[in-house]
Amino acid sequence: MAEPAPDVVGPIVLDADDLNRVLTRISHEIIESSKGADDVIILGIPTRGAILARRIAKRVGEAAGRTIPVGSLDVTMYRDDLSMRPTRALGHTDIPASGVDGRTVVLVDDVLFSGRTVRAALDAINDIGRPKAVRLAVIVDRGHRELPIRADHVGKNLPTHLGESVRMKLTEIDGVDEIVLVREGEVQA
Amino acid sequence: MIKHLLSATDLNREDAVLVLDTAAEMATLTNRSVKKLPALRGRTVVNLFFEDSTRTRISFEAAAKRLSADVINFSAKGSSVSKGETLKDTALTLQAMGADAVVIRHGSSGAPHRLASPGWIDGAVVNAGDGTHEHPTQALLDAYTIRRHLRNGHGDLSGLRVTIVGDVLHSRVARSNVHLLDTLGAKVTLVAPPTLFPVGVQDWPATVSYDLDSALPDADAVMMLRVQRERMNAAFFPSAREYSRRYGLDDRRMALVPDHGIVLHPGPMNRGMEIGDSVADHDRSVIVEQVANGVSVRMAVLYLLIGGARPDQPVAELT
Repeated sequence: MAEPAPDVVGPIVLDADDLNRVLTRISHEIIESSKGADDVIILGIPTRGAILARRIAKRVGEAAGRTIPVGSLDVTMYRDDLSMRPTRALGHTDIPASGVDGRTVVLVDDVLFSGRTVRAALDAINDIGRPKAVRLAVIVDRGHRELPIRADHVGKNLPTHLGESVRMKLTEIDGVDEIVLVREGEVQA
Repeated sequence: MIKHLLSATDLNREDAVLVLDTAAEMATLTNRSVKKLPALRGRTVVNLFFEDSTRTRISFEAAAKRLSADVINFSAKGSSVSKGETLKDTALTLQAMGADAVVIRHGSSGAPHRLASPGWIDGAVVNAGDGTHEHPTQALLDAYTIRRHLRNGHGDLSGLRVTIVGDVLHSRVARSNVHLLDTLGAKVTLVAPPTLFPVGVQDWPATVSYDLDSALPDADAVMMLRVQRERMNAAFFPSAREYSRRYGLDDRRMALVPDHGIVLHPGPMNRGMEIGDSVADHDRSVIVEQVANGVSVRMAVLYLLIGGARPDQPVAELT
């Protein structure tokens, strides 16, 4: 009988200090590119994107000297593979009271891969309002895009094989900040 | 998650909480400029109503449309059912039309179970009220409303006390509520005249009482049931006035309910009969809110039943 081998956990790509520096840099890039972050609203894609969005919003707020509206945007119902896989539980959507109309929305996700999640997020934003601009911030860009989508702010470009996956752990859920590359178990003959 | 929703007992605590959590996400839609989600695009939901109903049918229709499903309304009046078509032939017709979900309201208890029999229909069957048996989505919206007011919209209902008052005998709402509230950990007290309890009620997971006054002071929520005159072929109580005096929730009795206690009613209300006018419009009456919550809960049920791949469909590769 063929049995799947256990996942092989590879090297640490970013540790807690690296992630801190990456978040700080992205936060300053956001302020720079939006000329002071006056109209910025930050939306994270659950689960980990939403946590990262809160961390980024805190840093942007500290640097810009005011509170930055932050929320989360669940894209489950906008996914193009929704009707092809078993029903998934919804994540939490929480749009700040200011809304998105006329604002610069910074979308935050943990890993950018096929680009399909971001496409779903753009559709979701479309149903909420009409932002002045939408920008994308990701911690890891692992390549293999299937749609014409790119990120404006990237923590780390990480070339990967399709058989690998990027596993992000965050203190809020996993008790530790750590990003590792995992080689998925191959079926042994 | 289950394939059909026929009875409140189909749901275990985990599933029931998932439905309530999903409904809470659906409820955020009311703050958006576009009150529509694409989750059920290209899916067909049939509302199959053999019995008169306005609010439940409209609620299911609104729920399906907000999820972008195509909705076909089928009412028995003026259809081939009045020409003598059997339930099975109606089911096969719907099957041939490719219904992904059938929402059924029927005067006979057990009709949704029959419709869900193997070989009748491939889609999901949702019970929207069958005879005097069950009305699970009503119980879910009641639980959602109670949870929102008394549990801050999170988790289950463990430790809460709910008093259900009135025509338990004919009430599918009461039966579904007793089971769902028990599943979610609440303690239920049923209050009615002895003639309006069904046989075997002592085996239900609820306390039975004939005295309303003593069941109010420790109730976190009071649910008044409609006196269903259309189902009353015999004299179950001497007069409407006597029923109202002994089992109606009037101002005096409302004062016995604790300050945080809320009042529910599945509607339509008989004002002055089971519920007093000023109690129906009280700030702790959540009856109008129940209607709004009904749409969110039914969206959640439809999404969880038919939002993903069908059980027989191959699962797509993860990308």
